[in-house]
Amino acid sequence: MAQLEQEDALARTLDQSYRHGFVTDVESDALPPGLDEHTIRAISLRKREPEFLLRWRLAAFQRWLAMPPPNWAKLRVDPIDFQAQSYYSAPKSLQGGPKSLADVDPKLLETYEKLNVPLHERARLAGVAVDAVFDSVSVGTTFREQLAEVGVIFCSFSHAVEHHPELVERYLGSVVPPGDNFYAALNSAVFSDGSFVYIPAGVRCPMELSSYFRINARNTGQFERTLIIAEAGSQVSYLEGCTAPQRDEHQLHAAVVELVAHDDAAIKYSTVQNWYPGDEQGRGGIYNFVTKRGLCAGKRSRISWTQIETGSAITWKYPSVVLRGDDSSGEFHSIAVSNHHQQADTGTKMIHLGRNTTSRIVSKGISAGHAQNSYRGLVRVAPTAAGARNHTQCDSLLIGGRCGAHTFPYIDVGRDDAVVEHEATTTRISEERLFYCRQRGIAADEATSLIVGGFCQAVLEELPMEFALEAKALLSVSLEGAVG
Amino acid sequence: MNTNEPLLSVDRLGVEIGERRVLDSVSLEIGRAGVVVLMGANGSGKSTLGLTLAGHPRYRVTGGEARFAGQDLLALNVEQRARAGLFLSFQAPPDIPGVKNNLFIRSAVNAVREARGEVPLDAFDFLGEARAAAGRLGLPDAMLNRPVNDGFSGGERKRNELLQLSLLRPRLAILDEIDSGMDVDGLRALVDLVQSLRSQGTAFLVVSHYLQLIESLAPDAVLRLEQGRIAERGDLSLAHEIARTGFVRAAEAVEA
Repeated sequence: MAQLEQEDALARTLDQSYRHGFVTDVESDALPPGLDEHTIRAISLRKREPEFLLRWRLAAFQRWLAMPPPNWAKLRVDPIDFQAQSYYSAPKSLQGGPKSLADVDPKLLETYEKLNVPLHERARLAGVAVDAVFDSVSVGTTFREQLAEVGVIFCSFSHAVEHHPELVERYLGSVVPPGDNFYAALNSAVFSDGSFVYIPAGVRCPMELSSYFRINARNTGQFERTLIIAEAGSQVSYLEGCTAPQRDEHQLHAAVVELVAHDDAAIKYSTVQNWYPGDEQGRGGIYNFVTKRGLCAGKRSRISWTQIETGSAITWKYPSVVLRGDDSSGEFHSIAVSNHHQQADTGTKMIHLGRNTTSRIVSKGISAGHAQNSYRGLVRVAPTAAGARNHTQCDSLLIGGRCGAHTFPYIDVGRDDAVVEHEATTTRISEERLFYCRQRGIAADEATSLIVGGFCQAVLEELPMEFALEAKALLSVSLEGAVG
Repeated sequence: MNTNEPLLSVDRLGVEIGERRVLDSVSLEIGRAGVVVLMGANGSGKSTLGLTLAGHPRYRVTGGEARFAGQDLLALNVEQRARAGLFLSFQAPPDIPGVKNNLFIRSAVNAVREARGEVPLDAFDFLGEARAAAGRLGLPDAMLNRPVNDGFSGGERKRNELLQLSLLRPRLAILDEIDSGMDVDGLRALVDLVQSLRSQGTAFLVVSHYLQLIESLAPDAVLRLEQGRIAERGDLSLAHEIARTGFVRAAEAVEA
């Protein structure tokens, strides 16, 4: 009896309900489903884009047509009908681009309030500037003027295309070229909005920047593009959050994020991804196929990725760092949780090109239910990278007996003096640990979240403080009744 | 609860692991603030009894009854038993990497407090109590900030069990070879803690073969387990006899 009960308690903990599954009822201006050159021209026209961008999109589209979808990941992906979805959807009230936040449809503001991301003047998150993206467009960006005073540009991608076309033209696709992979090519062809950040030389961004991505419309994919440029000696910390309504069909999210850090610049990029994961039987949920890459272009530049991945039916993403500048460093800290029928194939690539470049990888994978969780990581040391060092720590935690954890480390070292270390562990929430906690009066649910919190501690510590608590709460909700 | 009823009464308890019978018709009683010492050769069922009373899922009760503090103990799940005031110190306490000791113990203390209808302690109040308790046990404050039992020596793990015992203040503490791996100072702290908790009504079921410790606990009864059965019941003199003659001789003496 006791054994069953212990398992029951685990199952209950895992059985979270998704708390962001509501739909906002707004009138949308959407393109009809389907994807061809006309779709791309229509998107570009709606956004009144300069000619170079349209040409860039069309070239990417041609590349995409010739590419097969990737099939090397340990994922079971139902075939996606790219003609069945709409590639652009925007609330009608936002036609003509967002004006000021004061003019935004209250329904949209309410949506973000429900998501705990207040945009209106009174309740703004203290010390955090937010760019809120709803389906294909930006609703608004807070603190834009205050940031502009120190020369920081933080705005929607569309706004950047309109007001800073020279920066966009120079950097767009410079880290993730349009033909990089199938989903990056698709994104390059049809991307609609996203965030743009520019930190001028020597400026330490005075507040956290964040973007909040929300998919609302049915049968619509979200294809956002984020570009962050940190000039010499500058610093910025950026966080993105994502949620979507609960729907029975899969929805596609194919984003591209590019980071560029010049000499002595530091970019810290954190993600709390909580897209709708599908139900217990694996119906619905977001397909999260994302390409994120940072370029340490300058000497002593630093790029750090931290991700908390709790949502999505399928997660396919490998936030990577190209270490081109001498003495530059890249970090990847990840917690990926998969429950029920969720699948995650995630990890990183650290490409060492410059001398004395260092990289650190800490990956924590948690699987429960029938979920499959894979870490896939590449550490490449080029012949030019004298003195390169990498340390990889890759830990998996299994909850219950029907889930799986897999590790695929690829190490490609072109030098004798490189130091590349890889450690991997797999543990279960053991009966003994759980019994110990329960014997002290701690209920199985709470014990599980305590143990998971401990397992994740090293990564949670990397998050900006404002979000560490939120992430912790999200983890325990994700594994309620099942891991910090 | 009937004041005449003992705190714990176990009546003809039978237990199996898988197909194997590990306890057979075990009966015993412990009153409020009482101390019972359990002795027996390796594999005689001492730890099994403690784990079964605490509700470990691997031990299947096949017969008999157990009442604790006026409740049917066997009907309660593991955490309910703990919240009703049953504490088991582990022979080999597991580690919980990444979870700070003070967070772990505070979660436990507050779970028990809430079950008793008391307000939970905030981090500040708890830390004050925990530091004072750690000081009495000769544990450095730093131990509260380390992950639970992670990298602790055998003796440190045992002292950490005592720390939890002193903060949880249970009705009944089952101490399973708490003395093994502990140094002289640790043993002295243990005896002091037992006296102090006893004066507040806590009862003890102590598994030990260390005569000096048993003597200083002044037990009400000493039981000897053999192959899952209680083979002998006595007082301190039984412990002396076992210490003198060993378990094999003792077994022969009973048969004779």
